[in-house]
Amino acid sequence: MGRVILYAFLLLMAGFFLLPVYLVILTALKEPAKITLDTVWHWPDPVYWESFRIAWEAFRPKFQNSMVLAVSATLLSALVGALNGYVLAKWPFPGSNLLFALMLFGMFIPYQSILIPLFQFVKAIGLYGTLFGLILVHVIYGIPIITLIFKNYYSEIPDELVEAARIDGAGFFGVFRHVILPLSAPAFVVVAIWQFTQIWNEFLFAVTLTRPESQPITVALAQLAGGEAVKWNLPMAGAVLAALPTLLVYIFLGRYFLRGLLAGSVKG
Amino acid sequence: MRDRIAAFLVLLPSLVAVGIFVYGFIGQNLYVSLSDWGKNPAQALAEEPTLHFVGLANYQELFTGFVDVRFRQSVVNLIFFTLFFMAGSLGLGLLLAVALDQSPKGEGFFRTVFLFPMALSFVVTGTIWRWLLQPQGGVNVLPTLLGLPPLSFPWLTTREQVLVFDWNQLPFYTALVVGLVLLYVAYRAHREGERKRRFFALLSGGALLLWALTLGRGVHLLPYPEPHGFSLALVGVILAAMWQMSGYTMALYLAGLRGIPVEVLEAAKVDGANPWQTYRYVILPLLAPITLSAMIVLGHIALKIFDLIFAMAGLDYAPTDVPAIYMYLLAFRGNQFAKGATIGILLLLLVAVVVIPYLASQLRKEVRR
Repeated sequence: MGRVILYAFLLLMAGFFLLPVYLVILTALKEPAKITLDTVWHWPDPVYWESFRIAWEAFRPKFQNSMVLAVSATLLSALVGALNGYVLAKWPFPGSNLLFALMLFGMFIPYQSILIPLFQFVKAIGLYGTLFGLILVHVIYGIPIITLIFKNYYSEIPDELVEAARIDGAGFFGVFRHVILPLSAPAFVVVAIWQFTQIWNEFLFAVTLTRPESQPITVALAQLAGGEAVKWNLPMAGAVLAALPTLLVYIFLGRYFLRGLLAGSVKG
Repeated sequence: MRDRIAAFLVLLPSLVAVGIFVYGFIGQNLYVSLSDWGKNPAQALAEEPTLHFVGLANYQELFTGFVDVRFRQSVVNLIFFTLFFMAGSLGLGLLLAVALDQSPKGEGFFRTVFLFPMALSFVVTGTIWRWLLQPQGGVNVLPTLLGLPPLSFPWLTTREQVLVFDWNQLPFYTALVVGLVLLYVAYRAHREGERKRRFFALLSGGALLLWALTLGRGVHLLPYPEPHGFSLALVGVILAAMWQMSGYTMALYLAGLRGIPVEVLEAAKVDGANPWQTYRYVILPLLAPITLSAMIVLGHIALKIFDLIFAMAGLDYAPTDVPAIYMYLLAFRGNQFAKGATIGILLLLLVAVVVIPYLASQLRKEVRR
């Protein structure tokens, strides 16, 4: 009896989580004229693949923007964060813990509280409306969380390894290059997945700091769906395109995805 | 020595960047919030607008000014959204975790299904649910598949409000709720034998309650009554947010459940506890720290919620307004930068109230270890 209730509950919940996805695909595959309210849940006949072609055509530049943005900002912030974490874990100096704590504060602030000065600043240095400006912003606001992840990871590496390398004559960069970096792959994977997902999905900075030609896909999608008298097959096909990269990351690298999630869940 | 200098120089750019982009910008934002930027149309067009210091006028206007009634509704919306979203995600997440903890067949499949919305952008979630919640759309038509009559709830387009109260009562209710929470803290401290904490919690809680019950009712922010309430259009937004975040609380709780030592459960069994009692008296108390972390994370997300509402209802729709939306609207559509900055500072304070005690307690735990 208990088992029956358990499975009924699980199936009901699976419905709650999956039916929206089913409806998205259903709607994306319908001819605009056939999207009528009383047949919302009917399977499309015939299947209309055009929506995806049209949505892809409209979204391709934005998709590319998102890809360039997410990949380059992820690589840069992983590099900066790894070096920072290395310094803080293996080369602490007087006051470095305090500075680290002050740095971490940047992780928790709601970005609304810096948005106006940020907007002015990006405009003043001539990067408003450029993808490069947005990359810079993501790298900087990624520093606290990425530094935290790397510092925690590097603290687990025994100091003896560092000492031994120094006795062998390795300096600051030598130790990083030959001792720390070869051990860093797991941390890089977690950080890369976390940053990529975050930046791909981000919206507030993107909508504030870009012009149409530099828009990432989230902004384009929100604008398309927000338009009046919209044909729903296109936003739905667009939603699939916007969701696909992070969804693939989740499906194939789920274990690391969860680890990053639990590490960085309080980020702003 | 050379290596120490190198180490410091490697860290320096990050320190400078965070110093400017976090602390410098907060400072500048604070300054803007104390200025009149946006009051004078000439400022909107000027490259370098001249700003005048106006003190706390923007703060005062938002809470008591005639034109900013929309801000006040957005605050009320935020309070209700945060409460229901947190309660819903925690409750559903716990149920899902307990269900998966029974090791059903296909556990891995169900876990993947419950967690996948976490990988999506709030914009994608918002777009999907906007379509699902059309007045005669997906959700409302769903019962007809089972031969039932369709629902007729207008979801996002309703303007109905429930739990309506007068804005003038806000100081009273705030003091009442905070006072009661502090009394509860005092009670907990009493049971744990922490005398100092008991004293301060009792003192501040008592003072707040006393103030609320005597003077608090007489405070009037506005010269007229202004009704605000829980806007029912938010129900759909809360549903969408729960769809996205319940899997996360489930993952947290599941990790917690799996971490409970078998001996503890064995001991409960030996003591004759039935499964329900085991959950109620053994497992749930052990999950309390997880509930707290999850509340912090969810509260943090709720307080700055922007993209989900932007995608579901847009900027111009008052019934689903929250401060983050109104801030964006004021600053970047209306050139009212000073008022936008003011809302930014208020959000920062709100988040700080939630996060700083939590961080402090985490830090204390680390030190004890």
